[in-house]
Amino acid sequence: MLPPVESQPAMTAPSVAEPAPKTAAEPLIRIRGLHKFYGTFEALKGIDLDVRSGEVVVVIGPSGSGKSTLIRCINLLEDYDRGEVLVDGKRVLRGAQLAAVRAEVGMVFQSFNLFPHLTALANVALGPLRVRGLPRREANARAQTLLERVGLADQAYKLPGQLSGGQQQRVAIARALAMEPKVLLFDEPTSALDPEMVGEVLDVMQSLARSGVTMVVVSHEMGFARRVADRVIFMEAGRVVEQASPEIFFTKPNEERTRAFLQAVLQH
Amino acid sequence: MNLIDTFFNWAVFRDSLPALLQGLWITILLGVVSIVAGLVSGLLMALLRLYAPAPVRALARIYIDVFRSIPLLVLLVLVYYALPFVGIRLSSFTSAATALTLVSCAYTAEIFRAGIEAIPKGQFEAAEAIGLGFFSSMRDVILPQAFRIVVPPLTSNCINVLKDTALASVVAMPDLLKQATQAQALSANPTPLIGAALLYLLLLLPLVRLVGYFEARHRAATR
Repeated sequence: MLPPVESQPAMTAPSVAEPAPKTAAEPLIRIRGLHKFYGTFEALKGIDLDVRSGEVVVVIGPSGSGKSTLIRCINLLEDYDRGEVLVDGKRVLRGAQLAAVRAEVGMVFQSFNLFPHLTALANVALGPLRVRGLPRREANARAQTLLERVGLADQAYKLPGQLSGGQQQRVAIARALAMEPKVLLFDEPTSALDPEMVGEVLDVMQSLARSGVTMVVVSHEMGFARRVADRVIFMEAGRVVEQASPEIFFTKPNEERTRAFLQAVLQH
Repeated sequence: MNLIDTFFNWAVFRDSLPALLQGLWITILLGVVSIVAGLVSGLLMALLRLYAPAPVRALARIYIDVFRSIPLLVLLVLVYYALPFVGIRLSSFTSAATALTLVSCAYTAEIFRAGIEAIPKGQFEAAEAIGLGFFSSMRDVILPQAFRIVVPPLTSNCINVLKDTALASVVAMPDLLKQATQAQALSANPTPLIGAALLYLLLLLPLVRLVGYFEARHRAATR
């Protein structure tokens, strides 16, 4: 569930799968011993990771470190070979349950992946309409509210091809939010954008983080990680090398490899 | 007898025209029935070929390969003349429609498969990520995009089916060609055949132009 939006109480309408009351100790995402192979190449070498409800986790690391693979395993866009992934206490596995688990996990892609034949509004309304079974009027109303939230109220009836990259990515964020997911995954959400559009997307993400949305963000945006993250995770060669709060992570990291990476990316 | 009297005999043409138009109607009816049945079954076959469990997938592939290989005339003769030996007796219309549909289904399935496979992987992932099931993913996301891609080849296939209806005359269907050959025999003059050719052109030329238009539009849209 998303936290309420002050001006729009409709946003707090109950979602289909209300979570059972859980103890504070139980993480929203729980990953244990996750291994993933591409042929003989081991992309993930035993990842353990917990994400608490309301937490913003930013995953950084060199390309090929497995960070995208990791978050794609959370909603099983990528099959994993060993270990387990639990979202809100439910195991993420192939089978009849999968669509229901996926509906609780929003995903924002590097290349937006909007549906090009549908308007911005229809893109956002599709999930509530088909998965949550909302009547079309309600689904459209929810979509309109979310487009307002990402600053695109006046673009609702445009096709994705008529929008800028930054606008498309904001529609994609609204589309993910429309399912009222328990967690939002971002897979390098600004990497395909022209530089002048990065800011508008990061602003939306920052406001989501402030309103308490649980987020796991794979990104190269160090400024965003520093400002917004509750925890920064550094991955390299399929392993979590280091994780810490941004204050500690960016000022006095423990690991030599973290220091080397930060030096390389922060130098310019 | 000169050329005009032989091939473009107005009196003969006028006399044969009612029969020709009757034949044209049968041709259109047979074509439309086969095209619609071929589209529906072809889409289903494409989905089986792509997404069914492995054994069904293999069967679908075999079906598609076999019915794209077998000459329609052979199939038509089998359906009309051989099936009665195992107790299945179909009318000439049903035989022709069945044979045309069986073949059109195979070609249509390949066209749809190519269209679906042309949709970027990210579209499937985005549909999966918001929790859409298979049916909704197909109906709301994948097929609407695939349809746009396959309109030109589908129209081409429709033209082929309409042309192939002429083969139905071998199973005694009173289609356009059959009517023309009968009228030719009756009047001892080939003018009705010319008339039939004109009617075929009248029917199919607009469709051929339509394919060209769709292709130009598609190029413009994806430039």
